[in-house]
Amino acid sequence: MTTFSGSMPNGSTVSEADGPAHARSRAVETLTYLAVGAAFGIVVVKTEVISWYRIQEMFRFQSFHMYGVLGSAMVTAMISLEILKRTGARALTGEPIVVPPKHLGTGSRYWIGGMIFGVGWALTGACPGPLFALIGSGATVYIAVGLAALVGTWTYGFLRPHLTH
Amino acid sequence: MWRTIAGPWPWYVGGPLIGLFVPLLLLLGNRQLGLSGSLRAICAAVVPGRVEFFRYDWKTSGLWNIALAIGLLLGAALAVAISGVPTPALAQPTRDAIARLGVTNVSGLVPSEIFSWHAMLTARGATCMLGGGFLVGFGSSYAGGCTSGHGVMGLAARQIPSLIAVCGIFAGGVLATFFLLPAIH
Repeated sequence: MTTFSGSMPNGSTVSEADGPAHARSRAVETLTYLAVGAAFGIVVVKTEVISWYRIQEMFRFQSFHMYGVLGSAMVTAMISLEILKRTGARALTGEPIVVPPKHLGTGSRYWIGGMIFGVGWALTGACPGPLFALIGSGATVYIAVGLAALVGTWTYGFLRPHLTH
Repeated sequence: MWRTIAGPWPWYVGGPLIGLFVPLLLLLGNRQLGLSGSLRAICAAVVPGRVEFFRYDWKTSGLWNIALAIGLLLGAALAVAISGVPTPALAQPTRDAIARLGVTNVSGLVPSEIFSWHAMLTARGATCMLGGGFLVGFGSSYAGGCTSGHGVMGLAARQIPSLIAVCGIFAGGVLATFFLLPAIH
């Protein structure tokens, strides 16, 4: 990829990191993930996994639906990862595919953070992805839920140095 | 054929489709499925403040996640425009249980008794929408992942931390369902 720095014809200065080739590849990347997200959005609406009602069924253990969706998604992903590993597949960008392991640390961030998120999931019926999908489905009040989630994320970032991980 | 596509998709169709997003994102650019990162990236882009957690190169490692999230919004809008807002065929025991919480009108994806602008002024509405939203953001960022990041991606990659997170998520969800929701009714 070519990058250059200097003055653009219109007089604006571009830094090396934000050269036109770089900006173009970033635009292509953004559009690609918009399209992937749109496909994902269709699936989560059609399978109803973004429904507060379905989440209630799940947490009350009264329907197999959510477990079926999440379980078969996980198994499909696991088989796919195995195939990617065995074939030594590379990403379109040319680099080898890597899934870096998560650091366990004391483990407390996973169970404490998980529990806090779980309470929020039961109350709102939405995890971060479905927040966006619900807004798109016309439940505009989830804009407020999403803003509250951003406040929560920001608060976590602020308190992070004082929390056990 | 059309009726099958337009109707709700059974778990054995939707689940594997969701799972395929894991290899798709890895093949496209070595990205790991997950959406809690989009909340961090939006914070970093809009109000990083002096918080170290938001002082990272979000354009390189977070912009894709914001695009994915906005895509979700657009895709959901498209699905609803084509085949309407689905109303889940809910299990009868769940109908009975949520009726005891005052949710008697099962219509659409979320109950309007709890989730509406109007209900924002009620204790339950504010707790579920604002309190719940806050906990979703705080908890998923603290845990470093959500349902997709830990529940699908992490478990598929056989990550012990993700297994712990999923256990925590279910414990929290069950506790909130059986103790918190009845208490704020």
